[in-house]
Amino acid sequence: MNGSINGSLNMIGYGLAAIGPGVGIGLIFAAYINGVARQPEAQSRLQTIAILGFALAEALAIIGIALAFVLS
Amino acid sequence: MSVTGTTVIRASEEFAPPGPADFDLPAVGPHGSFELFGQSFVLGVTKPMIQIVLAAVLVFAFFYVASRQRSMVPGRLQYVAEEGYGFVRNSMGRDIIGSRDFMRFVPYLFALFFFVLVNNLFATIPFIQFPTFSRSGMVYGLAILSWVIYNAAGIARHGFVGYLKLQSVPPGVKGPILLLIVPLEFLSNLVVRPVTLALRLFANMFAGHLLLILFALGGEYLLLHGAALVKPVGLIAWVLFIAVAFLEILIQFLQAYVFVLLNAMYISGAVADEH
Repeated sequence: MNGSINGSLNMIGYGLAAIGPGVGIGLIFAAYINGVARQPEAQSRLQTIAILGFALAEALAIIGIALAFVLS
Repeated sequence: MSVTGTTVIRASEEFAPPGPADFDLPAVGPHGSFELFGQSFVLGVTKPMIQIVLAAVLVFAFFYVASRQRSMVPGRLQYVAEEGYGFVRNSMGRDIIGSRDFMRFVPYLFALFFFVLVNNLFATIPFIQFPTFSRSGMVYGLAILSWVIYNAAGIARHGFVGYLKLQSVPPGVKGPILLLIVPLEFLSNLVVRPVTLALRLFANMFAGHLLLILFALGGEYLLLHGAALVKPVGLIAWVLFIAVAFLEILIQFLQAYVFVLLNAMYISGAVADEH
């Protein structure tokens, strides 16, 4: 069974690039859960910070997917 | 770019993966086209344009009806509207901008949140099922609006020079390192911000919708054109489609929240006191 896989190598590059933000978002929420577990009353303050950090880390992955389509 | 290898599926017909071209919806009704900078543009009304107007009308109509008959003991509609308003005012306005001058910005943040939320939910609502903000032009408008508002608020508070100093010189930094820090801070606070703000919302909606198209088309392809043993995988793809669609609803809400939260953070940074 021979054939060929067609597609853009950009997508593989994007997959690799998404590892970084993935680890980053994991770390952010790990720290958030830790913080809430230690001090449950701080949840509302930590939540804003966690979501903000998540948005900033995610921006890298998002810029990556935009560039993966744009650069060919 | 093609990579030669072994495929598992022998197909009677080539599978065409979905791409950005799937987002170029045809114009509705009469339309023409024109050339600009060597590219051809469609001059007409498209589906996202109708949606963005529809969203504004829906948000206005809902809150108009909900707040028309206000009573001390809220009815169901008024309760929902009040909860929504309280959520934006308290968690995004008061907690972030600060109790001194958050009320001036609450109308903007409130309208923005529900406008973006409804536009995002259009991706899930049956028969519409297209996220307005997966067209990047739609988001750039909101990003420019946000840029104008936080800069205007900052300049009104600190004056032009004071505002530039606030945004580009971090407190407590002295000496030659300023040569490095000032251009970086200037670029990141005043130039790159609207771009990342717009790209975040756009690319999330774009990627989410693309993922759903991929699951739907891939499932259909496996089911109809796949070899006998891979046909059931098509059904699994459709089950995953439903799961991802629910995840998308979460992301749509989260992105509307993050978009308005970042708007509030930018305004808060612009009107903050000098240190």
